[in-house]
Amino acid sequence: MNNFREKLLKNEFVVTAELCPPKGPDMTVFREKARLMKGLVDAVNITDNQRAIMRMCALAGARIAQEEGLDPILQFTCRDRNRIGIQSDLLGAAGFGISNVLALTGDYVSEGDHIHAKGVYDLDSTLLIKAMMSLNDGLDLSGKKLNAKTDFFIGAAMNPCAEPPAPHRLSFERKIASGARFFQTQVIFEMEKFAGFMEYAKEFPVKIIAGVLLVKSVKMALFLNDNVPGVHVPDDIIKKLEGALDPLKAGIEIARGQINELRSICHGVHLMTIGHEERIIDILK
Amino acid sequence: MIITKQKSNEDILKLLGGRKNVFIVGCGSCAEQCKTGGKEDVQRMKEFLEKHGKNVTGWIVPDETCHIPLVKRDLRSVDAGLKSSDAVLVMACGAGVSAVRESVEIAIYPSNDTVSVGNTIRLGQFAGRCSLCGECILGETMGYCPITMCPKGVLNGPCGGMDKGKCEVDKNDDCVWVKIYDAMFVCPEERRKVIKAKDYSKMKRGAKTEA
Repeated sequence: MNNFREKLLKNEFVVTAELCPPKGPDMTVFREKARLMKGLVDAVNITDNQRAIMRMCALAGARIAQEEGLDPILQFTCRDRNRIGIQSDLLGAAGFGISNVLALTGDYVSEGDHIHAKGVYDLDSTLLIKAMMSLNDGLDLSGKKLNAKTDFFIGAAMNPCAEPPAPHRLSFERKIASGARFFQTQVIFEMEKFAGFMEYAKEFPVKIIAGVLLVKSVKMALFLNDNVPGVHVPDDIIKKLEGALDPLKAGIEIARGQINELRSICHGVHLMTIGHEERIIDILK
Repeated sequence: MIITKQKSNEDILKLLGGRKNVFIVGCGSCAEQCKTGGKEDVQRMKEFLEKHGKNVTGWIVPDETCHIPLVKRDLRSVDAGLKSSDAVLVMACGAGVSAVRESVEIAIYPSNDTVSVGNTIRLGQFAGRCSLCGECILGETMGYCPITMCPKGVLNGPCGGMDKGKCEVDKNDDCVWVKIYDAMFVCPEERRKVIKAKDYSKMKRGAKTEA
């Protein structure tokens, strides 16, 4: 079921999507959405309390996704647990046969719905990658031997269009030096800028999966421009949405066009459809 | 210096509760600079408490309220006022409160929240610059502390939230990792080095140390 890693390493273009665990214990809708994705995508990212909004844990979500026949990418942040909790949860994932992990620092607590909580950040995402490499060697962070080696396929995040690019490249290179094998990027709208990043990134032995977001309205595009670091929706896209009778349909066409462009630039795309998982099939047509 | 911020008037009254006779201890060092414990601030507090039905039995502003022997000596000189009090309000940092705690045997309350260790940027303006983590890494970060100046304490480069050189948590703040990156122009090889996980066994904020 680990087609994601195999395909990526064979240089085949991969498609990943995103599933967000529920706010509450009822998995019905989550399972329905997982079923919608089956056969359409190579892997599904299971988000980890993203935007610092408390939800069911990503590990449980990834396990359910597995049960539904999907290959999960476990998103894993450093915000909510120290290095004991981190390793313990990683061993839990490994025990379930979940090996794709996306190492993230994690959105800050103040972004979410529990603003009085303490952000942990005992490790950062680079050090989380190192921790996984250690577990892959059969050792924990205190040097104690594990009863078996883990087999994590380690991913990380990158924001290729944020300014200035040089400090982000410092993070990128430290993550690669620590063991990252693939990157899933922030949402990309500026294709030329992204192509410039790919030109720089090609010297590194990593696979780059570009973020593609389904923009559903002009309002959403403007919101992204004002609020999401490193994301700039160009005017021509906003005009297309403005002129459309059915903005969602226009958004699907825009995403489809972006994916076609990205096929020749990078190693895969990561679709973010936020509540419109049923349209993934149309986007990939 | 230790940066303090006064609690809200409402919170201070809530802390004091039913205690009526209040003695105030200020601090002539950091708290005075932060306008949370100097003579003027103590005077202001006295008037406020009296307006709200408290009896202020006396006040004192030691030069350094964190210095236990000095505070003990100073408080002996106001023994009469203290004896007639059922509460001491300390207008200092947490260490000041702690030193007064060693010197009196009545209920003790802080008027301030202790925010950070940091710098005076200009008169009356301060910024936290040290988190007292016990294992200084400034030698690896060009003198800028990412533990303190990055909300996430990221040790290895900016997080994905940096754009236009600013921090996503507060877009008015510069991202400390952009500063570190820029300062590393004198030693570009440092940019590739991964800073290792911190040793939190060295963080013993309550430890006794000797000079």
